[in-house]
Amino acid sequence: MKNFLLLLLLLSGNVHAALNVFACEPEWAALTQLLAGNQASIYTATGPLQDPHQVQARPSLIARARTAQLLVCTGAELEIGWLPVVLRESGNSAIQPGGSGNFSAASYVNMLEVPTRLDRADGDVHAAGNPHIQTDPRNFLPIADALSKRLSQLDPSHSAYYQQLLATFNQQWRAAIVKWEKQAAILQGIPIIAQHKGFPYLNHWLGLKQIAELEPKPGMEPSAAHLAKIQSELQLHPAKMVLRAAYQDGRPSEWIAERAHIPAVALPFTVGGTAQSGDLYALFDDTVARLLAALNAK
Amino acid sequence: MKIVIGAGLAALLSLSPAVLAANEADLQAIRAQIQELKQNYEQRIAQLEQRLQQAEANHAENPAPIVSAASPASSENSFNPAISLILSGSYGQLQRDPEIPVTGFTLSPNNNGYTKGFSLKESEIGISANIDPQFRGVGTFSLDPAGGISVENAFVQTSALGNGLNLKFGRYFSGLGYLNEQHSHTWDFADQPLVYRVFWNNQLGEDGVQLKWLAPSDRYIELGGELNRGLNFPGTHNQNNGSGASVLFLHLGDDIGIENSWRAGVSWYQTGRENAQLTSNSPAFSGDSHTAGLDLVWKYSPKGNISQRYLKLQGEYFRRSENGLLTYTPLASDHYSVTQSGWYLQTVLQFAPAWRTGLRYDQLDPGVAVAGANIAGNVLSHDGFYPARVSWMTDYNPSEFTRLRLQYALDKSRQGLTDNQLFLQYIVSMGAHGAHQY
Repeated sequence: MKNFLLLLLLLSGNVHAALNVFACEPEWAALTQLLAGNQASIYTATGPLQDPHQVQARPSLIARARTAQLLVCTGAELEIGWLPVVLRESGNSAIQPGGSGNFSAASYVNMLEVPTRLDRADGDVHAAGNPHIQTDPRNFLPIADALSKRLSQLDPSHSAYYQQLLATFNQQWRAAIVKWEKQAAILQGIPIIAQHKGFPYLNHWLGLKQIAELEPKPGMEPSAAHLAKIQSELQLHPAKMVLRAAYQDGRPSEWIAERAHIPAVALPFTVGGTAQSGDLYALFDDTVARLLAALNAK
Repeated sequence: MKIVIGAGLAALLSLSPAVLAANEADLQAIRAQIQELKQNYEQRIAQLEQRLQQAEANHAENPAPIVSAASPASSENSFNPAISLILSGSYGQLQRDPEIPVTGFTLSPNNNGYTKGFSLKESEIGISANIDPQFRGVGTFSLDPAGGISVENAFVQTSALGNGLNLKFGRYFSGLGYLNEQHSHTWDFADQPLVYRVFWNNQLGEDGVQLKWLAPSDRYIELGGELNRGLNFPGTHNQNNGSGASVLFLHLGDDIGIENSWRAGVSWYQTGRENAQLTSNSPAFSGDSHTAGLDLVWKYSPKGNISQRYLKLQGEYFRRSENGLLTYTPLASDHYSVTQSGWYLQTVLQFAPAWRTGLRYDQLDPGVAVAGANIAGNVLSHDGFYPARVSWMTDYNPSEFTRLRLQYALDKSRQGLTDNQLFLQYIVSMGAHGAHQY
């Protein structure tokens, strides 16, 4: 397929070097695709069903980072377990931290849950705040703005094209946000439980009220004792649903869901996390649809 | 301010009925003025409220880039490097004396690290940071439980060379094989495979220069070379100009779909050994030593999600040829040559989050030594005995920073001395937790 595309390019006589982009997570690959159109060749380092905290510095990642001109990642220490090795081994000076080829989306949004104390006794905490910024669509506006500027900076000859794509994105994305907010208005103030602290931005956006987490500490597997404690708390303060990201093990959520008689909802969390979340717009269409379906389940 | 003046005026007026009665017209004027002030004030509040709402809306839609939450404090320690401390300890139950060497490898080190009963293992302090825009520095210092500190790694590596080049110099673990570069706290078993114990004294650390080049290709193709001192076994710590040992390696790797990934490698090591002796009364060897190695690692994980379940298969093979002069006493000295080899194959399965189990098989071939007439009587032959071992481990990892392991081994590495070995081990890491290699 790739060879075929290359052949097409050669035949067309219009051989241009597309910008080589290394996207750490599928949502940034999708956003880059919308903002760079046919000017970028994008490699996605992690799959939608991989735990983004735990990825291995695989040889293939190092090889792809070697030829990348732009790295688009979440930042905020989400990729701390693998990206530093990939960058070091890549021998590619263009994408090292601090350079113009290294783009961290988390630098352009307001971070939530920035810890006031840093102690491993609190589990897997991130000093810069909760890194799962992709669950609030409003965060994509400032990120898109900054990413588009970065594309223009790296490839000034197509600056007008990038600006045009950004304008289209802004317009369509703002309209989509209005649509999602209207659909999800009914979710305002609904009490929920989350398996991992993965949704503070979603909660902030839709006004969901998270009353408990199944993980006793972030990143630690839910224990039977902790689940039983949550179950008893739920009798006093009932929740409407229990949320988890598609990549997470469904058993703890389903255990609680069954006993508390509430639906367990697996949200796509990123592009491709579910069969219905094939692109960035579908990611939020599906997220909102799944939340509404759970609310109306009873 | 205006409110205060207004209120003051009102108070003054109410306290002076005489004035009030006397000057109705003035009062009207003052009332009008107060009214005007009030309107003005209300208007301004409304304007402010509107501006605030606008600002909030803008902020939600388009938050300003958060360049830095707090301005960095200008203290001397704000550039502190990443510091980590690794602690480990074990309980061992062995039937045989761990000092007895592997049969057929009496000229090789037997540094197995086994102790009967409770014991503290090596503690490791790691410090790393960028030195400047060009270089990064790493130091790892090993604290021996019996006392003493040794420099395990102390190297400088380039961070901005580009073109796929990485240069490293100082003291480092050689890039040969697969396990050699991995620090002991990341090992999947409590000990190294037998072939690493007898060929590399567990892990080859060197003083020297390493250059690696990664090819600009979608497949991982890495070529590396080292010029080393020959600091550790089988090197003999040459005090000569030039290099005492050299290493070449080639690594290939890729993914197969999202669920499978692999890395394969070939390595080559050579050194000239001078009066190589394990202890002052053991025989001394001088001559050439060449080692070739093959390594393969394959990892599989359903949906590529390693935090749930994964399977890792790994194997390495090394073959060493030595050719030179072996000296027992000045009279008993003659030509000696031997080719030895060894391999292991292991698999580790993470069957639930936090739980892993693994199986490893080890085997060595001591080879048949060809010795000159003067020493033929001293060199023992071990025809037909291949040292072997089977190890099984299970570990529990309540967090990324803690590992508790149980390991059982059936050790047949010493002829006629089968050993059942049991180990309980803990490894914890504190402070900065660097990313792990593949």
